[in-house]
Amino acid sequence: MVDAPAIHPVVILMAAIFTSNMVLANFLGMCSFISVSNEYKTAVGLGKAVSLVMIVTTAINWLIYWYVIVPLGLEYLRFIIFIIVIAAVVQIIEMALDRYLPELHIKLGIFLPLITVNCAILGISLFMVIRDYSFLQTLFFGVGSGLGWWLAIAALAAIREKVAKNKLPRGLHGPALTFIITGIMALAFIGFAGTFIIQ
Amino acid sequence: MNEIRSAFRRNLLDENQVLRQILGICSILAVTNLLVNSLVMGLGLMFVLSLSSLTISALRSYIPHRVRMIIQIFIIAAYVIFVDIFIKAFSPDISRALGPYVGLIITNCIIMGRAEAYAQKNPPLLSLIDGFFAGLGYTAVLICIALIRELFGFGTVFGFDVNVLNLETWTIMVMPPAAFFIIGVMIWAASNVISRRQENRS
Repeated sequence: MVDAPAIHPVVILMAAIFTSNMVLANFLGMCSFISVSNEYKTAVGLGKAVSLVMIVTTAINWLIYWYVIVPLGLEYLRFIIFIIVIAAVVQIIEMALDRYLPELHIKLGIFLPLITVNCAILGISLFMVIRDYSFLQTLFFGVGSGLGWWLAIAALAAIREKVAKNKLPRGLHGPALTFIITGIMALAFIGFAGTFIIQ
Repeated sequence: MNEIRSAFRRNLLDENQVLRQILGICSILAVTNLLVNSLVMGLGLMFVLSLSSLTISALRSYIPHRVRMIIQIFIIAAYVIFVDIFIKAFSPDISRALGPYVGLIITNCIIMGRAEAYAQKNPPLLSLIDGFFAGLGYTAVLICIALIRELFGFGTVFGFDVNVLNLETWTIMVMPPAAFFIIGVMIWAASNVISRRQENRS
């Protein structure tokens, strides 16, 4: 059914965290990455929420894509269907957390609705279709991308907290500095390049 | 005429969606290593943004307030599907190079932002103009960054070799970090220019 590339799932997992990190190499999820990274604690909360939603939505989107969309020949509708799945999953996760893990729900609460329009979530569903991953590969790709995003936003927030109190040239405060810090982080992550190749 | 001029000024300078509002950054960074890709992406976004603003504004009194977000997403997705199929049909190479980023126009914050901030409350024609100029502001930034990256990274402009002196190309410019550095410096410059102008005025 799926003509999957012959890459071991663990390689995909490691690659998604380090060499083709969602934010630092593919630029996905930038909006919340820049705007919700001024405080370490909130950044980690958002990172957890994004990872959770990523893992669940890629798995569901894979099943829907290969068992419903492809047999019916509806590939052109995949954008709409993926968005509906993501919105529904976010809604269900929110209700389930509220019912069974209320403490976690309070912590993640404000971030969950925001995640529906986080482009990293839709992005990895589209990547998994373009790259023809098998189900297991998709699962590891979802986990890796989630962890990679989490790692990146946690690191950025930690750096920003340290830098925030310094005296800076005018106009550099806020987004401008954040982009330059992210650039340096991306430069550091290039150090991993060549270790795992999936793209 | 006045509306057009104010929409132009607002969206290209004072409230540029990318440089001032920091929206739509994903695609700004991802597709700008080649000018051709950036131009296609910019035109695609202008098309989606203008027409979705028009549609959302025309339907604004019929959409119930509570479900407006999901309906807006459907309207945007319909136009994005059109753009995606169009690019795939006319230029499969560019479609492959842009990868998932055309589909990601759906979650581009600029479009939802304009729908919420402008098309919700204004008549269709004004929304169309506003959407068009917001898209133009985005495309202008996109082209600027792509010009810098392609010129230094490959020594070409729109694929034409301009590297007559055969200088060594600057590989880092086509890699992700350079995109972050360039946009960071551009935002820094834009915020300085605008704050200085406000000081002069007061």
